Amino acid sequence: MSGSKPTPVRKVLAVASGGGHWVQLRRVIPALEGHRVVYLTIHPTYRTDVPDAKVHIVNDATRWDRIGSLRMALRILWVVLREWPDVVLSTGAAPGFFAIFFGRLLGARTIWLDSIANVEEVSMSGRMVRRHADLWLTQWPHLAGPDGPECAGRVF
Amino acid sequence: MIFVTVGAQMPFDRLVGWVDDWARAGDRDDVVAQIGPTDLVPTRLRVLPFLDPPEFRRTMEAADVIVSHAGMGTILTALELGKPILVVPRLGSRGETRNDHQVATADRFAADGLVCVAQSPEELALQLRELEQGANVRARISSRADDRLLTRIRAFVDGAPGSPR
Repeated sequence: MSGSKPTPVRKVLAVASGGGHWVQLRRVIPALEGHRVVYLTIHPTYRTDVPDAKVHIVNDATRWDRIGSLRMALRILWVVLREWPDVVLSTGAAPGFFAIFFGRLLGARTIWLDSIANVEEVSMSGRMVRRHADLWLTQWPHLAGPDGPECAGRVF
Repeated sequence: MIFVTVGAQMPFDRLVGWVDDWARAGDRDDVVAQIGPTDLVPTRLRVLPFLDPPEFRRTMEAADVIVSHAGMGTILTALELGKPILVVPRLGSRGETRNDHQVATADRFAADGLVCVAQSPEELALQLRELEQGANVRARISSRADDRLLTRIRAFVDGAPGSPR
């Protein structure tokens, strides 16, 4: 096609829980330059890392904490409804699962990047999110395959 | 200065105890530690409260050596700052985390020469001595993912349907 049109600006909901998930998310954010990024994470202090961006905070919960997980899921549903993103990108863990699940229901395209910490197998949340992720990525070539996730590089 | 961190989520008293014993044996007063939610009261380590990301980074920057659980947040930040890092993997069998994934992570990163690993107090003492003598000082890694990954994600996002905003 001749005459290149500028790429439309997408609204991307970038989702990570704490620690390594958040650090890895920040390392892939340069891929979203030119798009509008809204964050969803679990520690209010992480706002200091992205001072100019809109940041939603939800509670963290493991999958064994049913009440906490339900609360987290409802809060994430609320955020996804309010933001109605074009794309949901997550580096894990549980908040990413819910954001991708709800985001896809609303028509967003979804990206799961499994943490580089998962060397031996894709994480539990990564396996759970599989059916809902349009782009399902691992960072380890030996975990990739035709029936598994794609490996397209790593966060460093 | 040595900075010990076990992350903010869970205690890791085994690691904190090892380093505390090491600091006492060596009469060290330059070891600071973020020890997570725990009742353990170290005798020699100076305990820091929860650090927000900028404070965490500043403390890492000020340290000569990092001692940590095999958490990716700490490992990646140490590599970004070019700091030598010694990791002790949490063990699922001891209830330090839910499974042994930190063992595999630590082994993989150690095989690439990115981290040192200690599995006992003796190994910790040995490795710390070498690290303090300047072993494993490395160049800083870039603060962003590799180009291949960035390009893949960018292509996907650019190609995603959605109304221009």
